[in-house]
Amino acid sequence: MSRLNANNELLAKEVIARYPIKKSALIPLLHLVQEQNGYVTSEGMTHLAELLDITSAEVLGTCSFYEMFKLEPVGRYVINVCGTMSCQLLGADELIHHAEERLGIKVGATTDDGLFTLEKAECQAACTEAPCLQVNYRHEYRVTHGDFDALVDRLVADSKKNGSAVIPPHGTLSETRQHIPAGRAVGAVAPDEVDGAPVWLPVDEPEETA
Amino acid sequence: MTLGGVEIERAAGFVANDTPRIVTSRFGVDDSHTLVGYLATGGYEGIRAALKKRPDEVHSQITEATVLGRGGAGFPAGVKWGFMPKDVWPRYLVVNGDESEPGTYKDRLLMELDPHQLIEGCLIASYAVGLSQCFLYVRGEMAVAQERIATALNEAYEAGYVGRNILGTDFSLDIVLHWGAGAYVVGEETALIESLEGNRGMPRLKPPYFPAAIGLYGKPTIVNNVETLANLPWIATNGAEAYRAIGTESSPGTRMVAVSGHVKRPGVYEIINGTTTFRQLLFDDEYCGGMREGRTLKAFVPGGGSAPWFLPDQLDLPFEASQVGPAGSMLGSGAIMVMDDTTDIPKAAHSLTRFYAHESCGKCVPCREGGTWLERILGRIVDGHGTTRDLEMLIEVGETICPGDFPHAASERLGLEAQRFPYQMTTICFVGPSAFAPAHSALTLFPEEFRDRVREVSDDDPVATGVGAVPVELKGVGAQ
Repeated sequence: MSRLNANNELLAKEVIARYPIKKSALIPLLHLVQEQNGYVTSEGMTHLAELLDITSAEVLGTCSFYEMFKLEPVGRYVINVCGTMSCQLLGADELIHHAEERLGIKVGATTDDGLFTLEKAECQAACTEAPCLQVNYRHEYRVTHGDFDALVDRLVADSKKNGSAVIPPHGTLSETRQHIPAGRAVGAVAPDEVDGAPVWLPVDEPEETA
Repeated sequence: MTLGGVEIERAAGFVANDTPRIVTSRFGVDDSHTLVGYLATGGYEGIRAALKKRPDEVHSQITEATVLGRGGAGFPAGVKWGFMPKDVWPRYLVVNGDESEPGTYKDRLLMELDPHQLIEGCLIASYAVGLSQCFLYVRGEMAVAQERIATALNEAYEAGYVGRNILGTDFSLDIVLHWGAGAYVVGEETALIESLEGNRGMPRLKPPYFPAAIGLYGKPTIVNNVETLANLPWIATNGAEAYRAIGTESSPGTRMVAVSGHVKRPGVYEIINGTTTFRQLLFDDEYCGGMREGRTLKAFVPGGGSAPWFLPDQLDLPFEASQVGPAGSMLGSGAIMVMDDTTDIPKAAHSLTRFYAHESCGKCVPCREGGTWLERILGRIVDGHGTTRDLEMLIEVGETICPGDFPHAASERLGLEAQRFPYQMTTICFVGPSAFAPAHSALTLFPEEFRDRVREVSDDDPVATGVGAVPVELKGVGAQ
């Protein structure tokens, strides 16, 4: 089943309600589709179009712009090796080459067992910890070739432990979700429904002189 | 401890030094990311102090403190807030946590290690200028930062610091965690807004130059960088005077700088703004401790991948925009990348130009086509297939993105004078010029490394055009 399941549909509705305009929820919801299926399915995109009152072409238009969204299945672990300057200066090219040899695939490919997809990535905001990589968008720092081999071994072992794996399968980002308690929520502030200044601003607002 | 499979302590890369610590004061403190840890270290005192004042007084305080935007442009936050039109409501706050400029590593630390400080900064800004809803946009590839902020927001809502009637006052604000999906260009504030509206993250045409006029959903919107907002709780607690007592008149306070590359101790440092010099930062034992053993400094990028490069000649410049600009570069997002004498300069430039070519959103032709051309030309030079014609072509393509003189540093060795910042551009945003910057710096400051690498060809050599046997009269009419 590749539309959102019942639980995720409820979650989607909770997320949509936070935004003044429904379409703003699109990127977080594409992540939700990817979390459920490991990649963004076309049925999932159609489902989002229905939930957001937009066309499926609009969903695909946004989806196809962003690198993290995969339109076909990828490995359980997507390994992104950074290749931008700070990492390049400290051995990223060699690390990528080593990763290709260790996994037996070229950059962009997935191993036959469906465990690993290898990608060459751009700057990951860990430049002082070069060379770095990410596994399902979780960082590993100052990675030696030995570290890489150990990481692969660890992930292979981890993938066999159902439910207790340290790194969740591709698609899952934060495992904690924001939850706004009903009693505390202000609610989305729609652009066309507000006419005046918020209540805490004094009426004779002199601040514009700044 | 580990979170989402990542060992957090090792994640830091942060190095404590003797500088007064404003935004990094909780780094290294146990549970700094939890509400308990935050409250135990003066957390939410800033918003308490702010709520005792009138909103416009808080705005004046931030304006007076002169918090220069830490995202790259360096524009004072208080002044930017003042650009919102009167009587247009609602107003929104969008937090730019899409850190991805090559070399930049600070916002992620602030989000992972002190998320409540950022939340408090959002509250202070929203209270001061009447922002009705806040969207905290975190880069997609930062699973741990998203986790930490989601947890912190849940705690803060429960405890009454975020949401309806904050701390029992009239002030109410929802802060919504939003996250991206991998696109560098979304760090540009109008592209960030497009992305937040659920669209492809492409920058908007300017004017208006600031989303403060027309932003999210066409309404006045403040877009502030994570580090900028993280400064606000300290200022609200300690006052503008105390903030201005640190740093210089035009660049008060501190700023976070990531130094990466060929130094002994790469790391993220909080330094005094305006006075700390590049030499101190790179060579003092308090900071990076110099080059790797037996190596010498060849060049460094002073302000993120988009910045023109500096040579050892510029080491004594301080971290002050009014001095770095005339010297031919910019401070940008506080990212220094250091190259020692082992560096293959064309290859290093290629790694940066490739980044920008890859990240072009495709909206402006000079960037979309030019960036790709620059990347390919540099690529073939690095691979040993370049010609002397390629060196000219690099500049020609660059000039379609940035007509006129492009900034560069002075070089005593080459007898070269500095060309001051900024430059002209034919693109909406800075991705295009950024693709040219590394190529231009490398070629201008290290011409011999390119000349040694390319094959001499004459103008009537068909190979010189890189297009095969094209008749000479057809050159330059778009054949390829």
